Amino acid sequence: MPHPFRILAAFAALLLFAGCGPRDSATPATIKIGNLASTTGKDATYGQSSTRATRLAIDEINAAGGVLGRRIELVFEDTQSKPGEAATVAKKLITRDKVVALIGEIISSRTLEAAGVAQALKVPLLTPTATNPAVTATGDYVFRACFIDPFQGGVLAKFARDDLGARRAAVLTSISSSYSTGLSQVFREQFAAAGGEIVADQKFAEGDKDFKAQLTAIRSANPDVIFIPAYYTEVALIAKQVRELGIAVPMLGGDGWEAPELLQIAGTAVEGCYYSTHFSASSSDPKIMDFVARYRARYDGQSPDCMAALGYDAAHMMAGAILRAGSPEPLKIKEALAATRGFEGVTGRIDMDANRNASKPATILKIEGGKFLYLKTVTP
Amino acid sequence: MSDLPQQLLNGLSLGAIYALIALGYTLVYGVLRFINFAHSEVFMVGAFVGCYIGRLAGAVTWWSGLTALAAAMLVCGVLGWIIEKIAYRPLRGAPVLNVLITAIGVSLFLQYGGQLVFGATPRTFPPLFPETRVSLGSLDISTNQLIVIVVTTVLLVALQLIVKHTRIGTAMRAVALNPKAAQLVGINTNTVFSFTFVLGSALAGAGGVLYAMNYPSIDPLMGVMPGLKAFVAAILGGIGSIPGAALGGLILGAAETLVGGSQFSTYKDAIAFGLLILILLARPSGLLGRATVEKV
Repeated sequence: MPHPFRILAAFAALLLFAGCGPRDSATPATIKIGNLASTTGKDATYGQSSTRATRLAIDEINAAGGVLGRRIELVFEDTQSKPGEAATVAKKLITRDKVVALIGEIISSRTLEAAGVAQALKVPLLTPTATNPAVTATGDYVFRACFIDPFQGGVLAKFARDDLGARRAAVLTSISSSYSTGLSQVFREQFAAAGGEIVADQKFAEGDKDFKAQLTAIRSANPDVIFIPAYYTEVALIAKQVRELGIAVPMLGGDGWEAPELLQIAGTAVEGCYYSTHFSASSSDPKIMDFVARYRARYDGQSPDCMAALGYDAAHMMAGAILRAGSPEPLKIKEALAATRGFEGVTGRIDMDANRNASKPATILKIEGGKFLYLKTVTP
Repeated sequence: MSDLPQQLLNGLSLGAIYALIALGYTLVYGVLRFINFAHSEVFMVGAFVGCYIGRLAGAVTWWSGLTALAAAMLVCGVLGWIIEKIAYRPLRGAPVLNVLITAIGVSLFLQYGGQLVFGATPRTFPPLFPETRVSLGSLDISTNQLIVIVVTTVLLVALQLIVKHTRIGTAMRAVALNPKAAQLVGINTNTVFSFTFVLGSALAGAGGVLYAMNYPSIDPLMGVMPGLKAFVAAILGGIGSIPGAALGGLILGAAETLVGGSQFSTYKDAIAFGLLILILLARPSGLLGRATVEKV
């Protein structure tokens, strides 16, 4: 890592040159970064939160003078929560808009699509929120700002076994989502390794709305806890149907649960349930409180969720990497991203490991009184 | 298998909704001889109407629920009438294929128009009826499930009465049998077609509200899958036959939940649709359909 003063010096020198140049080239070309997220469709809230915070971060960076003396231009494309759309959009951003790096997608399945394209066209992709391990295994141009499912699954299995004292767990997995299958597998292995028993292993497919059949089978297996690694729209419907069938045990999930809609749709059905995530807006850390205040000021008093926090961190990690790379070339940005160490983000201290995954702490929240309450932080 | 009664109940309430939508397909097919692919979108509009009325009503009482149900049926009935008037009536006498493609066009128009008007993000459907749960041993019945079954039964009986015992119902059957001959004896076929659409669409509206009540997350593309399943149910029972549509819906619902609760839950749609192929191989005109000879 170069000395901070050298970066500053380089930065100052660049500013100097920018000032000395002829009048017509006084405003150098912007640095284009592509941003792809689902702002419509069934994963819309994730994409909206994430991309709003990314935009907030980029605007703050630009207001402070940009990077390498140039403004960053964020080129946004919506993936509409549709399979196949992420690859198309990534290709468009790289070949038509000529972006030097990509921030996105939000969920694992679509990030995998975009990652293939980014790797083939040799443009670094930094996903804020895709937690499936396969994403960064795509190649050396693919990075993430969040922890991975094996870590999250392990934390949840240990939490179920030790903190909740559960012996018998039931799992309900979405087979059409890489996020869900990945998390489910790790949870089952780790829970069994910790001395628990998986008494029911049921599956559903994306877009299903009726889960009563699977849940009836789970009910007769008599579990102590139900693990539901899925996204909020499905979790809300599942939770309601769980309670309708008279199952009273707590439910447990991953960061896919994080959305205010979960509480709106499921109502009291998710009371007393737990999930792991990246960030809690109710934390008393001054850095987080500051971020929450700025986000609220910009977006009509809405509180940022974990997707927003990660979108914010991803934008700063990317800008930091471009600064350290010294020039907005995809290859150099890639090398700088890989060298990210000790990045102090709002979601905790991030180190990029050898497999381009962020090594960072997880937060466990409890749903109580219609609110997400901070319970504990688990470090890797 | 101690789950069996519960699974059958789950299947019954799911099947009842399929049956309600299937009735609309079957009714229109019986009279006009074409598949109204826009039917599943009318179903979606019904759910949204229920959502708005539910929000307006505020307090959750039996009356608010029934009002929402009636309003959805009314709005969807009017929508059906408009669709028939604008999209299908000008094509009267045109080849069936043209009408079919128009139906797909109307369906896409409503899906994406719906995204424009309602937004593409899934919405929360408010509770319409007071919710409680009754436990009978291993059987847990939610009031929503009961409402679905009761409303479907009432509508089914009402429909059967309309078709069998009223003048307009007799006219519908006459047009179904032979449109030209019906016209010759003085039946206004246009009125009959409009009425059929209104009736079928009102049923879809009720289906939309009931579906959304049980699965309270609605979006403009929500009609596609239940619409497809109901279409299959209509074919399974014998398209054109009202009891057939009900039977088809129940069989499909039961098959789906029984497979869904087993080891093979992943293959639930494959098995449900496989069943369709098997039944159609044995009875090409569906379970209760009449075998007809195509006259050339």
